[in-house]
Amino acid sequence: MSEHVVVIYPHPDDEAFGASGTITTFREKGIPVTYLCGTLGEMGRNMGNPTFATRETLPEIRKKELIKACEVLDINLEMLGYRDKTLEFESTEEVAEHLFSFLDKLKPSLVITHYPGHAVHPDHDAFGAAAIKAVEMFPENERPTVWAQAISRTHLEELGEPDVQNDVGEVFTKKFETIQAHKSQADGMLSKVRNEADDIVEATKQWLGVESFYTWNF
Amino acid sequence: MEPIEINQLQNHIDKLANKEVYIHLETTNGAYASHFNQDAYNLGAFIRNAKVIYQRGKVVGTGTAYRVGLKLDIGWIYAEGVNQYEVDEHNRILMAGHDREGRLMVALQISETPFQY
Repeated sequence: MSEHVVVIYPHPDDEAFGASGTITTFREKGIPVTYLCGTLGEMGRNMGNPTFATRETLPEIRKKELIKACEVLDINLEMLGYRDKTLEFESTEEVAEHLFSFLDKLKPSLVITHYPGHAVHPDHDAFGAAAIKAVEMFPENERPTVWAQAISRTHLEELGEPDVQNDVGEVFTKKFETIQAHKSQADGMLSKVRNEADDIVEATKQWLGVESFYTWNF
Repeated sequence: MEPIEINQLQNHIDKLANKEVYIHLETTNGAYASHFNQDAYNLGAFIRNAKVIYQRGKVVGTGTAYRVGLKLDIGWIYAEGVNQYEVDEHNRILMAGHDREGRLMVALQISETPFQY
């Protein structure tokens, strides 16, 4: 089976903060990566500082940022057209079918998604659950590996140490560039780091320099 | 968006009184509130494209934060903490309250046409 990595997250910037270092290392090996992005982050709270987005312009701004970030990472992008903050109210089966329609074409060797129940944001939990359901639609011997990302405060005590821990320090410049592509969100997310550190890239590396995943047990 | 100029905003609100309008009303402290601070609660609510007619609307407040009330035939629409606004190219009144980091805390928007789904 040829290698193809599919990343399934609900918001533009989830890929940047969560997996862009890992994605970069795959791309450096020539492995194709496709991002199935669920929403345009329409309900995001960071509106720039000073504010430059409104509730109505934010989707278009974030769409442009997402396209830019995927150019930086040199990955394929599919925008799935759901609405931010509503994924948990959709039918999990329907969302899973939708995701499977892509996976069935792409035949990934690896799927990266959020760990349902340990992903903090309701959209993360719901999309992660749908992604795992989608992978389950493959016959057992054709299933790609799934790496699930847990960010809850309780994940270590409840799940143990993640078995995949990628130190992405060597490609951190690329990760930082990807985060910066999401300007409307990066300003807010990095403001705490910016206030407390002289070297913001180094401080962000301390925070986001290791990307951890749990290999999913079907 | 610009800081609220109360008379100008009041004029815009007056112009849409007694017409069928669509409302977006929202408040939130973000999905990560209790993740970053264990003592905090996540809270938020939004309603998008509620179709109403208001008899009168009024902006009240000073300086940095305003309250907006819209009086309906049998009810009210209310938002507190609004500090910026604009009338966009579709003639929609977009009002919002942002915190010091530019994060949205409250939004109230009035439009004669539905907001994009």
